[in-house]
Amino acid sequence: MKPAAFDYHAPRTLEEALDLLAAYGEDAKPLAGGQSLVPTMNFRLAQPEVLVDLNSIEELFFMREGEGGLHCGAMTRQRTVERSAMAKQVAPLLYEAMPHIAHAQIRNRGTIGGSLAHADPAAELPAVAIALDASMYVRSVTDARWIAARDFYVGLFATAMEPGELLIEVAFPRPRPRSGWSFEEVARQHGNYAMCGAAAVVELSDRGVIERARLVFLSVGEGPVAADQAAAMLVGERPTATVLRAAAEEAATKEIDPVGDIHAGPAYRRHLARVIGERVLNSAAARAFEACPT
Amino acid sequence: MNQTIELIVNGKQYRRTVEPRLLLCDFLRNELGLTGTHVGCEHGVCGACTVLLDREAVRSCLLFAVQANGREIATVEGLGEGPQQMHALQHGFWETHGLQCGYCTPGILMSLVPFLEENPNPTEEEIRDLLSGNICRCTGYQKIVESVQLGARLLRETSK
Repeated sequence: MKPAAFDYHAPRTLEEALDLLAAYGEDAKPLAGGQSLVPTMNFRLAQPEVLVDLNSIEELFFMREGEGGLHCGAMTRQRTVERSAMAKQVAPLLYEAMPHIAHAQIRNRGTIGGSLAHADPAAELPAVAIALDASMYVRSVTDARWIAARDFYVGLFATAMEPGELLIEVAFPRPRPRSGWSFEEVARQHGNYAMCGAAAVVELSDRGVIERARLVFLSVGEGPVAADQAAAMLVGERPTATVLRAAAEEAATKEIDPVGDIHAGPAYRRHLARVIGERVLNSAAARAFEACPT
Repeated sequence: MNQTIELIVNGKQYRRTVEPRLLLCDFLRNELGLTGTHVGCEHGVCGACTVLLDREAVRSCLLFAVQANGREIATVEGLGEGPQQMHALQHGFWETHGLQCGYCTPGILMSLVPFLEENPNPTEEEIRDLLSGNICRCTGYQKIVESVQLGARLLRETSK
């Protein structure tokens, strides 16, 4: 057998799952879609003693429009979001990023919460969550709290969640007036891990200058990388091609720290960050103009 | 601790007692003798082990058999009755030389079943996008794309 032996629990309620996570502490791993955890178990890179399978907990499967925008239960399948007219309308950046996540066969099983909590630096969803100022609701037996996406990611495959805490729900705010968004990535083959990708949000004032911007990269650091200096440079400027190019340049030169692998060295990833950064800022700005009343 | 599971595979009910760490692909092959599901990379990359779980294409190497408890699985064995009664998709692959060694074929066929149900007349681009989840090292994909086009046409004609 490929994976090491483990004890398997498939609780039907959230309370039971939290009790199990509290009881077994760091020996237990929650199992969401399993599209990242099971491969690492098959390689025996991960050998959890206890698996708490979340797939039977109905209260974690939901998607609704609420005060915080699009609220997704942690076990919402990626495929569900990809097929959702509500997601397209309420969280269009999330919707646009969805087909870039691996392949349809993976998204059928992969979940929103699983990918966000796994915190793979090459994953699309963490970058999208930060670009949208999403927030994560986590619970343990004793506590419940909301964590801003930006504070959720603390390093390589690391989140702000404590042992015993479980990601329950994510809220992706709806687009603000006069704002645009964009997501792009470059992978050797569609569905493979991206060598670099970026999400952008640009919001204009009623005078057509940038009031607020977000530019967040994936695959060029230990986690999702928010290029805050580049975003700050944009505020108060008109979104001309020159201004947007300069911001992407700033981000690619100073704000990312790409590590090379056999597919792409650091210099190439930096090049991609510059090119993709410029593209997403341009298309986000163009959409922001479209969203402005004439 | 071993667990007893009950599930339906290709319309037939099975009951087995298994270790939780037994992968669904190994369960299908070794416990049920359904060796049409092929095991390639065993970490979700190659797509050879793709089966349907409640009518959606999934990697059976990334699921534990215990997770299929109470669920419905479809494998390539459930497609055609035999060489004389092939499924329209299989006929497309046979007619258009969509395989050489055939190792990847069951996974490709199972990926295609729900894909063509949702989108009976896909464009070449949509077909290639779907096929990106299945690795073939023999054909260069050209013949597979043609096979899917023929299979899709046959399916449309038979469903009329």
